[in-house]
Amino acid sequence: MQFGLSESQDILRDSARKFFAGECPMDSVRKLMETPTAYDEKLWAKLAEQGYTGIIFPEEFGGVGLGKVELILLMEEAGRALLPGPFFSTVPLAGAVINTIASPEHKKKYLEPICEGKARATVAILEASASWDLADVQVKAVGSKLSGEKLFVTDAAVADFILVVAKDGVYAVDAKAAGLAITGMEGMDMTRKIYTVKFQNTPAERIGDLANLPKAFDVATAALVAEMVGGMQRTLDVTVEYAKMRKQFGKPIGMFQAVQHHCADMYLETESSRSASYYAAWTLEENTPEASTAVSIAKVYASDAARSVGNRGIQVHGGMGFTWENDVHLYYRRAKASETAFGDATFHRERIARQAIDAETLSAKSA
Amino acid sequence: MDLNLTADEKKFRDELRSWLAANSPKDWPEWQNKPLEESYPYLRAWQRKLYEAGWAAVSWPKEFGGRSATLMQQAIFWEEMARAEAPPMANSLGLGLIGPTIIAYGTESQKKRFVPKILSAEEIWCQGFSEPNAGSDLASLQTEAKLDGDHYIINGQKVWTSYGWIGDWCEVVTRTDSAAAKHKGLTVLLVDMKTPGVEVRPLKQMTGECEFNEIFFRDVRVPQENVLGKVNDGWNVAISTLMYERGSYGARLHLIFKRNISRLIELSKKFQRHGRPAAEDPIVRQKLAQCYAEIEIMRLNQMRAFSRMTATGVPGPEGSIQKIFWSELNQRLQQIAQEIFGPYGQLLGDDPYSVDRGAWSYGYLRTRGNTIEAGTSEVQRNIIGHFVLGLPRSY
Repeated sequence: MQFGLSESQDILRDSARKFFAGECPMDSVRKLMETPTAYDEKLWAKLAEQGYTGIIFPEEFGGVGLGKVELILLMEEAGRALLPGPFFSTVPLAGAVINTIASPEHKKKYLEPICEGKARATVAILEASASWDLADVQVKAVGSKLSGEKLFVTDAAVADFILVVAKDGVYAVDAKAAGLAITGMEGMDMTRKIYTVKFQNTPAERIGDLANLPKAFDVATAALVAEMVGGMQRTLDVTVEYAKMRKQFGKPIGMFQAVQHHCADMYLETESSRSASYYAAWTLEENTPEASTAVSIAKVYASDAARSVGNRGIQVHGGMGFTWENDVHLYYRRAKASETAFGDATFHRERIARQAIDAETLSAKSA
Repeated sequence: MDLNLTADEKKFRDELRSWLAANSPKDWPEWQNKPLEESYPYLRAWQRKLYEAGWAAVSWPKEFGGRSATLMQQAIFWEEMARAEAPPMANSLGLGLIGPTIIAYGTESQKKRFVPKILSAEEIWCQGFSEPNAGSDLASLQTEAKLDGDHYIINGQKVWTSYGWIGDWCEVVTRTDSAAAKHKGLTVLLVDMKTPGVEVRPLKQMTGECEFNEIFFRDVRVPQENVLGKVNDGWNVAISTLMYERGSYGARLHLIFKRNISRLIELSKKFQRHGRPAAEDPIVRQKLAQCYAEIEIMRLNQMRAFSRMTATGVPGPEGSIQKIFWSELNQRLQQIAQEIFGPYGQLLGDDPYSVDRGAWSYGYLRTRGNTIEAGTSEVQRNIIGHFVLGLPRSY
């Protein structure tokens, strides 16, 4: 048993870290977040050039064919850099959905352009109920036309196609389709924009049913957790750096235990989230029976930890932490959006409870 | 990353599992709640059995009667012991902490003299570290040892000594140079507890038991050859013992916690809340699920730490994360239990209405000690702040 990174995984992580440091420094993040879509065409082309847009997808569709552990290492680095734009929406979300539920023909049509860096995509899931339970989906197709409204759709304005979760399956809608209306929502996170998407007799192509959709969402959730871990790590790093440098009462504030203990807790929460994230990725890769619970455990812990790390990071920065100029709040905003995406800690605790408390009762009853 | 057991690890696990199935005593539950004074001979006999089969100290080098087990194999060992519901070993401090320290720092004749009897539980060891005025600030300890001819003469007092009442030998940290800086004037002595001038008194703790002792030393003469490591280098020897403590303890806790949460889930289906089983109450469900998740994360943190230690070769300050994590989690687990049981939670073992013969009311009180013993949570956070994050020392 070896719960560390292999040499090639180490190399992938290091090269991703270098890539983001060079291509996505904080001043470009700040420039992009002030644009309507936070999307940069040139940056996208570079992501594709690295093979990142096809990282976990089969080579026959233009992908790189790496595993879920490699995916989460990449996502952690993307999170550390606060990578703006539709990477999450396109690759570990839309890409994973197509890869999990679609036919080879549909993969050729929709997954291949993603891998090649030619298409951006997203998945429209939530509706007015804001429920992550697929049974609550109301939007439905009549013939092959969709009507209804989706909310909180990430990066919809820059997507070349949108995958829509409807009552009876998942549909692909072209960005230029008739009867499609995309309007921005004012979210806290300025680096990943969210939208309402309305359909009125909008032509759509069915690409698969809902049965295996949770598996794809587990991949997306694990990727999101990894991105959160990267954000926590960056928040911890800048906070510790600040605590060493900032002086009050003639001493660095990091010398005071009240400050040290905040930092120690940030470290504990970040490392524990990382352990859970690695494990979730590994169980997904190996397709073990505990994969779905492992994803929930990671999302429970990281959702609360990301908020807590952000709270402490801002607190340790003092007045500086409350300024617009300081970067910590940008991570804090992303953390809030990610906390609720694919179910917050409360949602996933109930999912664990169904497994840990009820499953036992059910199997006892049937025995 | 590969979380599957290797062929060697599987072989190790299977061999141990079948040995435990055949040899682990089945009557341990009946002994478990008896006072340690009564059950001690039982635990000694059990360790002797493990020793004879070569299972008493798997982490030790083969030449000292161990199996040179890898960290993963050690983790497997504790998991299997917990899975088999096997009793603990009598000489747990000797095996886990003091033996490895003697192997690392001892002279050849010390190793020959002490190590085999630690393994066989012929000689039980205890630790004389903390003092009334030296707890977290261990290096300020005052128990002095003065050289007189070829003997050291010890005077002073130790406290919070586990197994002091049964200890045959004690690893005592003493001050041998009071003029030196506080970390520099310490020396570790191996002290025979039957030496005249050693007095052991029970220390009654808040649970009502006496798990620990106070030890008084009055003109206790210890031969010079019982210095462990170098004179005035005792701080490094003592720290190495404490690292073993933080490094290995977490491994055996996971299955115990796992068993506790399973039992608590079972009980939550029997206790009522708002006219239905507590297990159906959304708040109870949230709390149980949170605890379940954290127990799993504790295991994952431990496995990652082991993989890191396997790569670097030494237990590092990451052990402090584990110490904080398990001790605070254990307290939260007990608190959830109390919330589920309501007024029944307070009942002690002798009360006919008590839950699980008082195991939970005892646990509630006993876990308060978890965030204090083996380095307080505050000290662990200082260690992370300074040694892991590189923040300046606060003291």
